Amino acid sequence: MSEFLEYSLLGLLSGGVMALIALSFVLIYKGTGVVNFAVGEVMMLGAYIYYAGAVTFGLPPWVAFALALAVIGVLAIAIERAVLRPLSGQPAVAVLMATIGMASIVHGGVEAVWGGDTLSPPTLLPRTPLLLGEVLIPGTVLGNFAVAAVLIGGFLAFFRYSKTGIALRATASDPVTAATLGININYAQRLTWLLSGLVGTFAGVLIASSAGLSPLLASAALSVFAAIILGGLDSILGAIVASLLIGWVESVSAGYLGGKSRDVVPYVVVLAILVVKPYGMFGTRTIERL
Amino acid sequence: MSTAGTSLSQSAASGGLALSVEGVDLRFGGIHALRGVSFAAAPGQVTAVIGPNGAGKTSVFNTISGFYRPAAGRILLGDEDITHTPVHARAGRGLARTFQNIALFRGLTVLENVKLGGHHTMQAGVFSALVYGRAAREEELRLRAEVERKVIDFLEIDHVRHLSVDVLPYGLQKRVELARALAMRPRVLLLDEPVAGMNREETEDMARFILDVQEEWGVTVLLVEHDMGMVMDISSHVVVLNFGQVIASGTPAEVRRHPQVIEAYLGAESEALA
Repeated sequence: MSEFLEYSLLGLLSGGVMALIALSFVLIYKGTGVVNFAVGEVMMLGAYIYYAGAVTFGLPPWVAFALALAVIGVLAIAIERAVLRPLSGQPAVAVLMATIGMASIVHGGVEAVWGGDTLSPPTLLPRTPLLLGEVLIPGTVLGNFAVAAVLIGGFLAFFRYSKTGIALRATASDPVTAATLGININYAQRLTWLLSGLVGTFAGVLIASSAGLSPLLASAALSVFAAIILGGLDSILGAIVASLLIGWVESVSAGYLGGKSRDVVPYVVVLAILVVKPYGMFGTRTIERL
Repeated sequence: MSTAGTSLSQSAASGGLALSVEGVDLRFGGIHALRGVSFAAAPGQVTAVIGPNGAGKTSVFNTISGFYRPAAGRILLGDEDITHTPVHARAGRGLARTFQNIALFRGLTVLENVKLGGHHTMQAGVFSALVYGRAAREEELRLRAEVERKVIDFLEIDHVRHLSVDVLPYGLQKRVELARALAMRPRVLLLDEPVAGMNREETEDMARFILDVQEEWGVTVLLVEHDMGMVMDISSHVVVLNFGQVIASGTPAEVRRHPQVIEAYLGAESEALA
């Protein structure tokens, strides 16, 4: 029983970081209609910049992290302006291919500069583990979850209560009408890419500083796609619930069936749920969007 | 109504502005949608644009809103040329509109939709406090809250303010859309078929709301509408479009007797319109 508890707890906690990656994706899909396949690469690039700042240049970890956020923020704005805005109005497939192209460029660039080895960037969070009865929780897992929870909570509040957040939801829902109300659509889309990039950098640095950094980090986003589809492409709340569920399934299946099963079982579960409930876990119920 | 109306007009922007459309030409490829269209909506009056389907009414509205760039001609709001002003910046100049097909933000509540009408009055984010100063910002927030409350009272949608707009009946949704436009504190209000699809009672309610808006807020109203009875009742000036050109304009009584208008609406052989 305590074994099950331990797997469950670890799984749910790791689902928190997955939810951050999902958030990075859903923000852009909901806000601009773009299916962004470069989410994993943005996250990875953020983590490498953090590594370069902290290890290569010897900056204090928090300064290096701020640097990573700044660089990715500028990059996200530049990509929105230079690549995506000219493509607006083009077929969705063209935009999707552009994001895949950007993903390849980042991937190749990162391997060319840093190679394919696993690096160990310094951790940002305390490593002190927490003992809950018989269950031992590593400090980084707990810290990652806490950061993810605070960020996600902040985003939900931002979209629900703030003027800018409501304006972003309005823009996502109907850009033409939003413009007549005085909302600058270009500004809203730029802000969406910026926020998504920053969230991705958080996720990348959290994962890299607890599990090591290699170009494989980008593939962490792949398992998140399962969560995004399960939760509903355009629902933040759905993505969070689905991420926690998939984190839990991964952890429990890896614990009982061996490490390899974590690459298979979550997808089987997602398929099974989608067969029974084609609209995702929330059925036909309308989910509060973005 | 009258006491609420007095303070309402105080909190609204100061009175209506004239809206002038001057020699506007609009082409889509080989289609000449508008040909030298000129008319003016007098400040604080209700002006209607009518015409058969495909006459160019919606094209005129979309040009005024800024969705279409005319090949020639100008749009003036008061004395200011807004022909090349971006869509979102026209809100700040005092231009508001509603849409033929309800354009509320689904998934948002009535109150959130109405609040979005106040969006343009203040730049979002961190810098606004610096630009406006703290006291001015708070004053603006207070004023906006007051306008929102009054608009919601005025259009009698207080009982549904926290409901999602998706669940409201059609007539109420139309009212919420008007409320959102009024929350923009407009000086010129464009209404694209405000009573389309409404029953008699809903139409009369809407006509009353439009007249109240015009009387008590002094807003300039320009509307496109198919319901002739309503147009003739509430407009002080009527502009008739056909095939992208203005074929007549004047008071409702003048327009009703105009031979070209009768021809456009009823065909050449008809002798009289109502």
